[in-house]
Amino acid sequence: MSKPPIGYALAAMNSVASSEWIDKLGLRNAIEKLTYQGTKTGFQALGAATRQFKNVNKQLNPTRLDKPKGQSDLFDLSITDEQQMMKDTVQRFAQDVVRPAAATADSAGFTAPDLLAQATELGLAYFAVPESLGGAAVEHSPITNMIVAEELATGDLGIAVAILSSIGVANAITQWGSGEQQSKYLPAFLDEKPLPAAIAISEPTPLFNANELNTTAKAAGDTYILHGKKSCVALIESAELFLVAATTEGKGNQLFLVESSNEGVTIEKSPAKGLKPANVGTLVLNNVKVPKQALLGDANINYQTLLNYSRLAWCALACGTAQAVLDYTIEYANDRVAFGEPISHRQSVAFMIANIGIELEGMRVMTQRAVALAERGEDFQRAAYLAHIFCADKAMEIGTNGVQLLGGHGFTKEHPVERWYRDLRAIAVMEGGLHL
Amino acid sequence: MYLELPNKLKGLQMMSANLAKEMFRPISRKYDLAEHEYPKELDMIANMLDGMNDGEQGGVAGATQSSKAKKPDNGEVKNGSNMASLIGIQELCWGDTGLLLSMPRQGLGNAAIAAVANEEQLERFKGKWAAMAITEPDAGSDSASIRTTAKKDGDYYVLNGEKIFITSGARADLIVVWASVDPSLGRAAIKSFAVEVGTPGLELARLEHKLGIKASDTAAYILDNCRVHKSNLLGDPEVKVEKGFAGVMETFDNTRPLVAGMAVGVAKASLEKTKELLKDCLKDNYTTPVNNLSAVEAGIYKMEAEWEAARLLTLKAAWMADNAQPNSKEASMAKAKAGRMCNDITLKCVELCSGLGYSETELIEKWARDSKILDIFEGTQQIQQLIVARRLLGKSSAELR
Ligand SMILES: Cc1cc2nc3c(=O)[nH]c(=O)nc-3n(C[C@H](O)[C@H](O)[C@H](O)COP(=O)(O)OP(=O)(O)OC[C@H]3O[C@@H](n4cnc5c(N)ncnc54)[C@H](O)[C@@H]3O)c2cc1C
Repeated sequence: MSKPPIGYALAAMNSVASSEWIDKLGLRNAIEKLTYQGTKTGFQALGAATRQFKNVNKQLNPTRLDKPKGQSDLFDLSITDEQQMMKDTVQRFAQDVVRPAAATADSAGFTAPDLLAQATELGLAYFAVPESLGGAAVEHSPITNMIVAEELATGDLGIAVAILSSIGVANAITQWGSGEQQSKYLPAFLDEKPLPAAIAISEPTPLFNANELNTTAKAAGDTYILHGKKSCVALIESAELFLVAATTEGKGNQLFLVESSNEGVTIEKSPAKGLKPANVGTLVLNNVKVPKQALLGDANINYQTLLNYSRLAWCALACGTAQAVLDYTIEYANDRVAFGEPISHRQSVAFMIANIGIELEGMRVMTQRAVALAERGEDFQRAAYLAHIFCADKAMEIGTNGVQLLGGHGFTKEHPVERWYRDLRAIAVMEGGLHL
Repeated sequence: MYLELPNKLKGLQMMSANLAKEMFRPISRKYDLAEHEYPKELDMIANMLDGMNDGEQGGVAGATQSSKAKKPDNGEVKNGSNMASLIGIQELCWGDTGLLLSMPRQGLGNAAIAAVANEEQLERFKGKWAAMAITEPDAGSDSASIRTTAKKDGDYYVLNGEKIFITSGARADLIVVWASVDPSLGRAAIKSFAVEVGTPGLELARLEHKLGIKASDTAAYILDNCRVHKSNLLGDPEVKVEKGFAGVMETFDNTRPLVAGMAVGVAKASLEKTKELLKDCLKDNYTTPVNNLSAVEAGIYKMEAEWEAARLLTLKAAWMADNAQPNSKEASMAKAKAGRMCNDITLKCVELCSGLGYSETELIEKWARDSKILDIFEGTQQIQQLIVARRLLGKSSAELR
């Protein structure tokens, strides 16, 4: 058997413990920032060059992951030992590696390739790719995936998106892709230089509704012709593969695997209010011709379910970031003195923090509930929908109160709260992008 | 991880829901209008419940059954009596909160007795209906500052003071009274006494006229040289200054999630009825982004999300108690969230249902009156926030007041 998932987690724990990464990053960031900024302005360009996919190990039928088994029907908030270990590992990575790199990645507008390489060592992609294709995944565990997303986001939301974007595409292909799509693309997520990829659903229209897409996919002979614009797409400059949502005639909304070097694919750099480390931008599809086989899975792919997984991923990220706000404001309010005592001794300050704690706990249980239903293959439409409404709302409330609690200092880049404020606005806005 | 109700509690849930529907709802308005009249229908229900509770691990309406679990030796997860009580109470409050609070032998005093009484007392007070008297005219939230005294006199304590807002105070068999055995020793000297109704010197002063939960009576008593035998002091008679207030306050870690459960039940009633009345406006099935819906529909979904969050937080607090995890912070979080959620939702439902919601033809206006108390008793919204804040910030009650 290949290395069990927990083996990767443990291996990663060791590498996080060595301070080498951080040192390396610390050195590199400043230099990279300079060179990078020099080459960037608003522009429209070709996307990243797509690698040659090896397509070895060709399988006719898709491999699907099992549901975790042997579970009782009791109400239970505990997590398994493996999940706890995963949580601890990612938590350390978030604290030791992600958080120190966050400010730089935010101003650079991308996450340093180095850091992404370190993240690769966590072995997350192995959880997304089935054993038969070289990965380590046997079961599909949205609960574990939620834990990972939440913990990563305690370090930084934008970096978490940069790390999870490709894995989201891998998850989607594992869950919905055809045998051919799986054997073509999935091994590439485990390459030494893993395949950067992104799910593209949002479009640049006000009141965007993921169920009413403007991007179209017209069947023409053996091909589909895709046309439209996708906004806030992560890893816009580096992604070699996009999973694009488009509306079809007769088949409703579907997803298409579009390689960045397909003719007619261009990208526009369009940085957003936040999520800067995720390097979000616009994907322009100008009558892009893709083969029939680019349609993800067969007709039984459930677009709505895919949206739900994405929303829950954003909920998990919101929980992690809100936790970061809570931890930071607690420390700050206990340290900061005004009128002769710590500001935390004043109720209007203390209650604001209490409410961050309360609503965050609400966000967490709402997300956990939906994710646990998904894990067992039960209907989670309503739970995911309500979790998302709740998280979107409370995340922003927490984001704005985080800044408020630091006063004018919170408004400056001396503290991360202004970044969290910008990032947390994304929770209500983003559709797609990730997949638990 | 799984956050659904287990099958073994679904039976209890259904039974409680039926009881609420068949027995509480039909008389809900009647006793809202006839304040202070005893809902005699409850006697029968209470007898029935007594029978059922004897055989069950958790009661239907029982605050009595909720308590701190012992740590399970085998590390197995439990869904025990705290969760069972919560489910029962939640469903019954979907029926009527005032009636639930008036259920014979299910008073808060019973919870206190269950928590601190010794074996002999448990036996002696078995089957008695016990109300709880902490609050005084000048001491509510700040319950450590009560002024009622209990002076030792031979085998008796002599109680003097004034107690207000005693739920079921005029209906119960006995009242658990908080009094200080030595005011100079501060909060550690506060003890609770089981005072039987009819004891000379215990005088009913009045019943309150209230905004809501009118089926429940709320009594004020004067204690005027009321002599209570020392065997009625609940728990340890010694004053242990170092232990302080913690002991008596611990009861609240268990009862706060139950009050949160009441709020979840009332809000459910209101939201459910409102959705029924507005069914023609609700077309979407949890799919369209909330900003693309009509204001009514978006509002309903948002309320539902708030309701679910409060419900799950409440279950979490009870689950922790069942599994012997310290849950003081989570109990307060649940109470704070559920209290304000319920008040917000019930008020919004009146607004959405317009004149129909406001008029007495429907119960929606009543739920919006009943809901207010759930954000007040067992610790107000602010007191819960205070508890949560102190825990999160690591502050003492002297630093964060
Ligand atoms: C219908 C009903 C039934 C009741 N049943 C019982 C019962 O069975 N037994 C019993 O003992 N009591 C009972 N109570 C009393 C109830 O628990 C108290 O009313 C409640 O705890 C609040 O106390 P108070 O009314 O004295 O308000 P106060 O303590 O005077 O509070 C007034 C306001 O100040 C706020 N406040 C107080 N202290 C602080 C602080 N430190 N920081 C911030 N804000 C603060 C409160 O939140 C509130 O908004 C009942 C009350 C009612 C109305």
